[in-house]
Amino acid sequence: MSERTVHPVPHDADEGEANATEPTEEPTESAVADSNEPNATTEPTADEPTTGAQSLVSTLEAAGVEAMFGVQGGAIMPVYDALFDSDIHHVTMAHEQGASHAADAYGVVKGEPGICLATSGPGATNLVTGIADANMDSDAMVALTGQVPSGMVGSDAFQETDTTGVTAPITKHNYFAGDADTVGDMVGEAFALAETGRPGPTLVDLPKDATLAETDADPGRTETPDTYSPQTEAESDAVAAAARAVEGAEKPLLLFGGGVVKGDACEEARQFATEHGIPVVTTMPAIGSMPEDHDLCLSWAGMHGTGYANMAITHCDVLIAVGCRFDDRLTGGVDTFAPEAEVVHIDIDPAEISKNVHADYPLIGDAGTVVEQVDTEVSPEDTNDWGAWREQCSSWKEEFPLTYDTPEDEPLKPQFVVEALDEATDDDAIVTTGVGQHQMWAAQFWTYRSPRTWVSSHGLGTMGYGLPAAIGARFAADDDQQVVCIDGDGSFQMTMQELSVAVRENLDITVVILNNEYIGMVRQWQDAFFEGRRMAAEYDWCPEFDKLAEAFGAKGFAVDDYDEVADTIEEALAYDGPSVIDFHVDPGTNVYPMVPSGGANGKFALSEDQL
Amino acid sequence: MSGEDATDDQSAQNPSGGMPGTAPDDRPHPDGRRNEQGIRIDPEAEAEPRRRTAVVSALVEHEPGVLSRVSGLFSRRRFNIESLTVGPTTVDGHARITLVVEETESGIDQVEKQLAKLKPVIQVGEVDDPAVRAELVLLKVRGDRPDEVHAITQMYEGQTLDAGPRTITVQITGDQQKIDDAVDAFRQFGIIEIARTGQTALARGDTPTTPGEEPGHSTQPPEDPHSAEDSETTDTTEN
Ligand SMILES: Cc1ncc(C[n+]2csc(CCOP(=O)(O)OP(=O)(O)O)c2C)c(N)n1
Repeated sequence: MSERTVHPVPHDADEGEANATEPTEEPTESAVADSNEPNATTEPTADEPTTGAQSLVSTLEAAGVEAMFGVQGGAIMPVYDALFDSDIHHVTMAHEQGASHAADAYGVVKGEPGICLATSGPGATNLVTGIADANMDSDAMVALTGQVPSGMVGSDAFQETDTTGVTAPITKHNYFAGDADTVGDMVGEAFALAETGRPGPTLVDLPKDATLAETDADPGRTETPDTYSPQTEAESDAVAAAARAVEGAEKPLLLFGGGVVKGDACEEARQFATEHGIPVVTTMPAIGSMPEDHDLCLSWAGMHGTGYANMAITHCDVLIAVGCRFDDRLTGGVDTFAPEAEVVHIDIDPAEISKNVHADYPLIGDAGTVVEQVDTEVSPEDTNDWGAWREQCSSWKEEFPLTYDTPEDEPLKPQFVVEALDEATDDDAIVTTGVGQHQMWAAQFWTYRSPRTWVSSHGLGTMGYGLPAAIGARFAADDDQQVVCIDGDGSFQMTMQELSVAVRENLDITVVILNNEYIGMVRQWQDAFFEGRRMAAEYDWCPEFDKLAEAFGAKGFAVDDYDEVADTIEEALAYDGPSVIDFHVDPGTNVYPMVPSGGANGKFALSEDQL
Repeated sequence: MSGEDATDDQSAQNPSGGMPGTAPDDRPHPDGRRNEQGIRIDPEAEAEPRRRTAVVSALVEHEPGVLSRVSGLFSRRRFNIESLTVGPTTVDGHARITLVVEETESGIDQVEKQLAKLKPVIQVGEVDDPAVRAELVLLKVRGDRPDEVHAITQMYEGQTLDAGPRTITVQITGDQQKIDDAVDAFRQFGIIEIARTGQTALARGDTPTTPGEEPGHSTQPPEDPHSAEDSETTDTTEN
């Protein structure tokens, strides 16, 4: 429903093409040229004209944005021009998908919305995978996309895509900026909306005339719209009822979901668990919310989660789920998910309540706040003794340990590499991953102790997430915090061009490729469920990644043997800049335990013949 | 946790990278079960979840794209939607969307919650049974039996909007059953074209249609012809 009003901005159909060195002269660009005067700032002052683009940049500056990730192009050029005068660090990525993943990971690590930007049409559509990824994982992110001038919208103009249409199903909300006066407010609102309540990606589509035109509007304030006011505190009656259920439990279990991390509720959640001595399992996105070396922590549950976590879920009688959406990779078949448990479900998003698993005690509100409410309400005097249950959980830890076979004469085991890396890095090192077997091993064989140190693509499962995520994470992490990307050969090849960015920005990241010359997870499924017919799963045409890294200007290593593992990792970590280690690992290794799709959590297979 | 235990029988049996531990069938398993909605059930007593028809009213900000957001939500979540109507209210910038859905109880719950999540949606509520509901249909029939067409039109308290030697177009309003009956009755004349609006609804009496909905005050009298038509539609309702 766009307006068809004719705008004074003539549109040169060629502008988006490679002649960026010669930007087309457009009459209204004089407004932009003004800002190039010496000492011009993006701060709007009463007497100085501001463009929509400048008000956008001022809005982001006022919101405290330090870095953003994007790629130039015709329709977004006014915004870039305004960024020329800003202190915000713009990271030019090799591909817009890289920009959206980097922004996502930046947001995950920093706890603030990450910002990505792209031009109209192909720039915007290239962002889509990363936006969808952020949406599935409830990651706060703001995407800014250029658009053809509003007078041309709907005419199939050069590089036009209905971006708000394309992204409506994968954003928390999106906006079409009608004119220069509203740009700042929309961006401010998009920023606030992205991080308030259940976080998620928002998008502002910016027709070129709206960013070029002058406005005297103040920079937008980061405020959520009136129609959006998530409930923070749960009703006290509901809390009391849930607390009675917890007290009466014989086998209570806490399930921490991604919301515990996103809602910064780890402290409250840990406190609740330790004070009452309730065992904890996490979902995969919540890895790090509970220290994995803590006695009460049973690590993560689900398809490739630990046997003990899945046993605990199957046998608990009260499940206190915090900020989790009961994804099918966690639940397996819902019929067998925590089949005897009453469910207390704490979530900020009412729509998650009883969506997949019925909540007997729904508690709507902010994770930390509600956990504290329940904590206060549960009285230790009235609770059952859970010692036997804790012992039961510990015995499952012994019965189903995470182990693997390491005969020295076999090709390197990928799990060994992950453990060696964990050992060589600091406790607060950040791990990013691609998607596949390597992602599961990175989750299984690394001991995570802090939230926001595990950065991975969960809900969407996007191969190629790892490297751009490491770049985004690097910008958000503390300077002395190590950033490691554990990648697969298939995943790495989806976004490896971003290595050029890591080199240009001299980012201290270490990429570890668990190279099995397969898209291994697919090969594992083909062997298990398709009679070993390995259609399109062999990647024996991979480049030599160490040489490829060198070609980009990064440091490259290749490792075949056990005795080279530790030294090479040491060297790569010590290298001040991006390095890539190509570990040639056993191509036949599979990920276990495994709950087959739709299966029962308690019936996880420990090997292929148990599937 | 490295591979020390890996030499035990289990892994020896499973060179493909198996892990130690009791085999799936030898582990204890609870008897409990949940149904499709994730509700714990007595496996013997479980019946298929029943669907019912619900009328859901959503008060929304009347901004561009709101309808496509709502319909997009319905298609991507595979909600079973029967009809959707939309029109402005007396509050400037607000519109009411009335949806008729056929879903299970938890499906209806999700429809409401997912709708409420959309940013332009202000309030959502199910319009319970004693509500005032109406639909409008335009029927174009062959014009060769005008007297009979007129009689049927009167029977259904309809109006003739256009009459010529070849076609007659009438309008009928009322609840869904009445419209269905009317359409049946007009079939005998040969229906050439038909346009139905789908149901729209308001709660009866003092009950607000969506929870907490304030009585709307328009700053100006409605200039929009649709608003006038809207109120007319509600007036003709009888049930
Ligand atoms: C973009 C994308 N395409 C396809 C898939 C399907 N897929 C899931 S895992 C996987 C294999 C990943 O291979 P690789 O990155 O080499 O990791 P490995 O499993 O070998 O560790 C594939 C193809 C996906 N998750 N994402």
